[in-house]
Amino acid sequence: MSGTARQHALAVSLLQRAGLWREADARARRLARGHTDDAADATRLADDYRLLAHDLARVRSLMPDTRTREYLETTYTRAHATLHHGAWHAGSALLRLFRDEIPGVVRWLRPYIFWSSVIFLLAATGGYSLVHRYPELIALFASPELIATVERGQLWTEGLLNIVPSSVLSVQILTNNIVVSLLAYCAGFLFGLGTLYILGLNGLMLGAVFAFVIRHGLGDQLFSFIVAHGCVELSVMCLSGAAGAAVGEALIRPGAGGRIESFRLAALRSGKLLIACALLLVGAGLLEGYVSPDPRFGLAVRISLGVGYWFFMVLLLSGRLFRRRMP
Amino acid sequence: MSSVPPGLRVESVTGIDVSLPVAGPGARALGFLADWHIRVILALGWFCVAALIYNGRLRLVSPQTNGASWFGVVVAPALAIYFLYHYVVELAMHGRTPGKRMAGVRIVSRDGGTPGAGALLVRNVFRLIDSLPFYGVGLIATMVTREHVRIGDMAAGTLLVYERADALAPILLQSAGAAARLDPVGAELVAELLERWSTLTAPARTQLARQVLARYKLDITGADEATLHARLAGLLQPAQGRGP
Repeated sequence: MSGTARQHALAVSLLQRAGLWREADARARRLARGHTDDAADATRLADDYRLLAHDLARVRSLMPDTRTREYLETTYTRAHATLHHGAWHAGSALLRLFRDEIPGVVRWLRPYIFWSSVIFLLAATGGYSLVHRYPELIALFASPELIATVERGQLWTEGLLNIVPSSVLSVQILTNNIVVSLLAYCAGFLFGLGTLYILGLNGLMLGAVFAFVIRHGLGDQLFSFIVAHGCVELSVMCLSGAAGAAVGEALIRPGAGGRIESFRLAALRSGKLLIACALLLVGAGLLEGYVSPDPRFGLAVRISLGVGYWFFMVLLLSGRLFRRRMP
Repeated sequence: MSSVPPGLRVESVTGIDVSLPVAGPGARALGFLADWHIRVILALGWFCVAALIYNGRLRLVSPQTNGASWFGVVVAPALAIYFLYHYVVELAMHGRTPGKRMAGVRIVSRDGGTPGAGALLVRNVFRLIDSLPFYGVGLIATMVTREHVRIGDMAAGTLLVYERADALAPILLQSAGAAARLDPVGAELVAELLERWSTLTAPARTQLARQVLARYKLDITGADEATLHARLAGLLQPAQGRGP
């Protein structure tokens, strides 16, 4: 038998299996659309996958530029995707995320959280010292309206609820905070410099405004305004800065897998923390909209709420909130 | 040795790699523009309909300054539609969006599978960087990277691949007679010509039929269009007395 005749015979025998390919394609489509509890169906898909792989290999060499090959490539890809599509249940995925994955990320990020907090505190101290010594420098950090209000002996937060309702205020604040938090993480892409800038700038502004307000005898009032929501809000800023710093370090000091791979691993791993950060910021935004500007809440209540919420954050991030119950 | 088409090669336990053709900046931009229009229309649509219902008359502005219920019913959902569109739709449609469907592309992870919720989140969070300025960073990234990915894709380990259009099913050579007469490529040629017969102009299909039949040294002198069609169909039928 000549080589050409042999190839012809092989190709013909392959084409005679087209019916099986169509059945495999229909099964892969059906299983991709929905769930099945039929183990036999899943087993048949695995058999289909082997059959398609075998036939595709033959067709790639025997009939490379044919629609048979195109059809088999498509069907094989579909069967591969259907077979390798992992099971996903929202409830268990969320539980695993908060019970195992986020606490794992926080443990991994511990040194980054420490250094981000140090940078933030140093920047805040720097801002405070600058404005304490050179009050005119407040113009670099605050708007003219804010400066004028404080110089009149008032905080800009006074009467805030008369201007904007709590619900609107909450949504505006939490949206802004989430965007800043996400930016601190994404800016890690600039080899960590963007994250450093965002942490530093926010720290400088906080310190500078505090120094300016204390200078005008309004420090207690500002503390009273900030304490309920600020404990978590500032902590989350440091957490997202830590995630950004991890991304930056992955680019500066990539592992054996290369810079892109290292960036991908760090971004994917630390990105999980952002979900917790966003949720915590929603709570902080609600506190800032409903509690902080409302004069009916006394300082003790504010401190209790702020510290309590901060402990809730610690429990959430350490995984103790969803700890496995021992049998 | 079998050749694998260019694109994302995904290793398989069978030893036969899956090949996924990677989408370029053009297809990506087309998908994005389509999605952008869809989400703008959806967000504006919500805003207008909710505002009309809220006001109870033909008026699109809030009846009072900074109304909380106005914000909650009209403004916030419209903003949520605009900003969460990509993440929610990609998650619900397993890496696809209506715009990506129009462009014939979908998001896959590097193992060729559907990306997870975390990867899609990271991919969309990095839009903050990719969208600066006017998506310039993202566009340049897709043009200069080998796999045409933006920074969000690099971070999430995803890329856009072309959805394979449903290829035409191969012809089924059930008879040994037909197999003996036709080589597989020829059989495909005949089957395809017959499938497209009605869409071709008469002179074109007559000419093509003559060329195909001449290849098999069949007598076509004086044959009209119907005869040519019958001869072509006959090639795919079992030969008389030689069937299995």
